[in-house]
Parts: sequence; C-alpha cells; structure tokens
Amino acid sequence: MRNSALPQIACDQDRRRFFGIAGAVALALAPGVSLIAYAQSDAPTSAAASAKTRWGLLIDTTQCKPSCTACVTACSSYNGWKNEGRPTDPQWIRKVQVSDPSTGFSRSVPVMCQHCANAPCVEVCPTGASFKRADGIVLVDRHICIGCRYCMMACPYKARSFVSENLSGQKPWAPRGKGTVEGCTLCVPRVDAGKVPACVEACAREGNGAMTFGDLNDPASPIRRALAHHPAVQLRADLMLDTGVRYEGL
Amino acid sequence: MGVIHYREIEGRSAGFWGLVGLLAAFVAAGLTAAWFMEHIGHIITGMTNQVVWGLPHVFAVFLIVAASGALNVASIASVFGKVAYKPLARLSGLLAVALLIGGLAILVLDLGRPDRLVVAMTHYNFRSIFAWNIFLYTGFVAVTGFYLWVMMERRLNGYTRMVGTVAFLWRLILTTGTGSIFGFLVARQPYDEAIMAPMFIVMSFAFGLAIFLLVLMAACKGTGRPLGDATVMRLKNLLGVFAAGVLYFLLAFHITKLYEAEFRGAEAFLLLNGGIYTFLFWFGAVFLGGLLPMLLFWLPQTRRSRVAVGWGSASVVVGGLALMYDIIIGGQAWPLSIFPGMHVSSSFYDGVVNFYAPSLPECALGLGGSALALLLILLALKLLPFLPESLVDESVEPHSAAAGTSTAPGAA
Repeated sequence: MRNSALPQIACDQDRRRFFGIAGAVALALAPGVSLIAYAQSDAPTSAAASAKTRWGLLIDTTQCKPSCTACVTACSSYNGWKNEGRPTDPQWIRKVQVSDPSTGFSRSVPVMCQHCANAPCVEVCPTGASFKRADGIVLVDRHICIGCRYCMMACPYKARSFVSENLSGQKPWAPRGKGTVEGCTLCVPRVDAGKVPACVEACAREGNGAMTFGDLNDPASPIRRALAHHPAVQLRADLMLDTGVRYEGL
Repeated sequence: MGVIHYREIEGRSAGFWGLVGLLAAFVAAGLTAAWFMEHIGHIITGMTNQVVWGLPHVFAVFLIVAASGALNVASIASVFGKVAYKPLARLSGLLAVALLIGGLAILVLDLGRPDRLVVAMTHYNFRSIFAWNIFLYTGFVAVTGFYLWVMMERRLNGYTRMVGTVAFLWRLILTTGTGSIFGFLVARQPYDEAIMAPMFIVMSFAFGLAIFLLVLMAACKGTGRPLGDATVMRLKNLLGVFAAGVLYFLLAFHITKLYEAEFRGAEAFLLLNGGIYTFLFWFGAVFLGGLLPMLLFWLPQTRRSRVAVGWGSASVVVGGLALMYDIIIGGQAWPLSIFPGMHVSSSFYDGVVNFYAPSLPECALGLGGSALALLLILLALKLLPFLPESLVDESVEPHSAAAGTSTAPGAA
C-alpha cells in the first residue's frame, strides 16, 4: 500500500505544478493575446514598410459634396477622436469650404496630414518623434513626443492637434495621450492589413467616391493612372514639400 | 583703474529676506501652475490647436534672449578690452546664467510631457533647430559658468579673454538659434525671414542690458554701494543705441515683408488692424521699447537723471515683452494660408483670426520663471563675490593703468 501510494502523491504534485505553471503562463500571455485579438482585424501583412511603395491619396474635389462629412465621421470613429466644437478639440481631418472671392467658384475640400516627402514637422521635431515611414506615411511616435508643439507651428496644413486633457476609451490601434501631438496616420493599421483608410472607404460607401488611395510609385495603380490623365495639385505646392495627398478640380 | 574689490552682499536685512520670500512665493505659484497643467492638461491654459504657444513661451523666449544679451557687458570687457566694463563682468555672467535657467524652466514646464525631459536629452534629430538649441542652451550655462570661474579665480585670470571669446561666440550662435526657431517657419507668413536671427541678437543686446542696468542699480542702492555716474551713463547710452538698433531691425523686417504681396495680409493685420497685436507693436514695441527710452536717455531735461535711466530700462523690458507677445502670439493669431487668395472656412477655424487669452496658470508660470531668475541672482550675490564694493567713477575710470582684481573673503 505504501509503495503504491507514493506515485499517486507524486502525480498530484506534478499536476499541481503543471496547473501552477500553466496559470502563470496564461497570466503572462493574456494581455498580449488580448492585444492580438483587438488588432486581429487589421493585422499587418508585412513586418516593415518598404520604400518601394509611396502611399498617396487623390481627392477629386468635383465629386466632394459640401454637405457630406462621411470621411470626417469615419476617421473620428475609427481613430477614436471627438470634435465637440471647442478650439482645443482634435481634428485629424476636416472639410474646408474654399471659394474664390473674385469669381464665386467654390469647392468643399477634405484636409488632413498631406504626408509630405519633405515634411516640415519631421524636420523640426527635436526628438525624432515626428517621423516618416519608408512608404511615405508621416506619423508621431507617442513614446518620445515631449509635447513641444513645434511640429504644429511648422505644419503648413494645420494637420496636427495637441491632446489637452485626459482621455479615455482610446482605440488600441490608434494610441493617443494627453500632452502629445497627433494627426492623420493614413489609418496605418488598415493600410498594413491591405485595406484602404477609413475615410476612403466611407467616401466610397456614403459619398461620391471622391477619394482614391494607392501607391504613387506603381504606374499601374489607379491613383497613378488617374494622376497621369487628370490635372491635380498639391496644397502649397510652392513649398516643394512633395505631398502624398493630391487634389483634382481645384 | 585701481584694484577692484568684490564682496558678497550682506543679505541679513528684513528687506533682503522679504524679497527672497516674495520671489520664492512667485516660484511656488509657477510650480503649482505647472503641476496643474501637467495633471489636468493644457486645457486649463488659453492655448488651443490654433495658438499652440502661449504666454509661457513669451516669457521663456524673452528671458532666453535677454540671457545672452546680459553677457554683453562681460564680453565688452574681456573680448573687446574695455576696462571700464571689467568691474561689471561677473554680474553680467551671473545674470546670463540665471536668466537662461529661468527661461528654460518655463519652457520645460510648459511641455506637454515635461516628465519626458530625459527623452529630449537622449533622442536627437539634428535637422531640428530645437535639438541644436538643447545643446546651445545647456552649453551656454556650462561655458558661462566656466567663464565666471576663470574671472573669479585669480590664478586663471589669464584665460579670461580666451574663455570670454568662446562665451561671446556661443551667445551669438545661441541667439541665432532662438531667432531661427521662428525664421525657419516657412509655412507661417508672419515669420519665414532669415533676418529674424540677427534681429533677435539685437533684441538680446537691448533686453539683456536693460535688465542688467536695473539689477545693477537696485543692487547698489539696496546694499548702499556707490555707483558712479560714468558707469550708469555709459551703459545708458549703449542701451539707447541698442534700442535704436531694435527699431532699425523691425523696420527692415516689416519693409521686407510689405514688399512681398503674399505677406501683405499678415502685415496689415499686425501693423494696422490687428487690435491688441497692433497696439502691442506700436505702443509696446516701438514706443515703450524704443522711442521712450531714447527720449529719456538723451533729452537734455532727463539725460543726467538716474530715475530716467531706471524708467527707460524698465520701458525697454516692458516693450520687449510686448514685442515678444506680438511676434509669438500675433504670429499665430494670423491664420495659415493653405489656399492662397481664396476665402476659406471650416470647423477647425481655417481662415479666421485665432483667439487667445492667457490664463492664470500661464501668467503664474511665466512670472514664476522670471522670479526664479531673480531669486538665483539674489542668492548668488549673497553667496559669492559678484558685485564690486564700489563703482565710483574713480575706481572704474578707464584712463588709469592696467586693472587688477582682488576678492575680499567672507561676507561683511
């Protein structure tokens, strides 16, 4: 009896140790697993951005309705920012009503970060928090942004916002934090997952399909073909910033 | 000039400790404001996504610019060999360091994430003039500190000219960097001019010397040390020339802007119909900062008056702050020109003059940093021999033989 009881006790101890280790491993992995679950829908297809690609956006202002704000709503919803009409509220994208005072010609134009090749925000940032990916997407690294706001002073397009108060309910794929600067990311998690930015998708669904997203370096891409056949301009082209966002019909 | 005797100030009177207490209270108020700004956020300030740099930057940039200018008196003595300025050189170096620390304190505490200061010290983007300024500012404190040591340590006096020259060049580069923060902003029409760098240097000459004169007169009066007319009148005349220099640069800056059609809208706003900004330019920068001091310094009725020198110097300081407010806030109040020549409107305040009103925490932070600079000066004067025992005309007369220095040990 004594001899037969020993393996039983040893077996119980092994089981307890197994469950103990399994529990510890589960506790350690849980946050990571949760994050993976959060990001599953926009999981990146490749590890690193490539300089072979230059992501860009073509906006056909002739197709953009003044009353439509689908792109703004979609951006706000996907990235989790809210504009409640205060001057301190962020606006990653906005509709600007443009009119020529001498002729009355008018357009409604979505304006966001223009993802410049020669981005002034990247040049002036003291810590390198404002940076450009190899594929041309201009981003802010929230971990090293010190909140000096020099990028906001330097941006010709007023594309950046400063977070002036505590936030809650941020989206895991769009990190935001008090005291740092933020702006359009071209929905980089979606782009890395092979999708188009939220504004482009909303414009196609609810608007007139005025936005075309694609690779400016690829001669076969729809955006490149459209740019080859229709006149398009860069905002403040005189600054020679080589913007990734182009406008048709202005 | 005979031997210069330097001595610490006594610093035991009720007036001294009262002043220390008052300045410490302002510093405490500034720190409290910074604490609230960090914990609640910049929402409690008047700053917005339109006007991103507010009153703290006005004080900070003013103090940083004044800091480099305050070193001029020492530079004139060490680099250009004017012995009449030599007794004032230590005080000049002290002011430079203290004003810079006060300005930097404001700048750092106004960051969105002041807790990440170590990030700014470990991550550098060398295409950014801001990153260069981090080196220029900290380096200035180190170089000027070393310069003070060389001036105060008799065995090292022989290196004064060499170290003083390095400090002088450093301060010129530093203020070039500060002016370039704005001059490099090509997207904003009120800035975007290379002349802003030399303009800031001349501004620094005026602001720094005005503060130097005020501190010198106050320190001598407060400690009962004689201050001769020759010193005051020499510095006063120099300040008048610097004030005129600022006016000249403002004229050149705005005429250049007015010549270019694309800037005329912004110029009309700042110079003609910008409300508070137009007022601050003409009454603050031009009248208080330039014309009034020149009148006080050189009109026959007031040219020999110490009171007029004091008021004229204070006027340069107030006018300088007004000019800084005009440049920093006024420059942001004018909207960006994203669609040149077009009328624009949006939910993000495109096309409209941006509103800004400074809040109490911003005032507290700005005044707190200024008080910190003055507190550092006051305590340093008590701890180390920065101030000569006497500045009567005979002791600083430049026609005498070569100057010597001696330091009386211990406080009186």
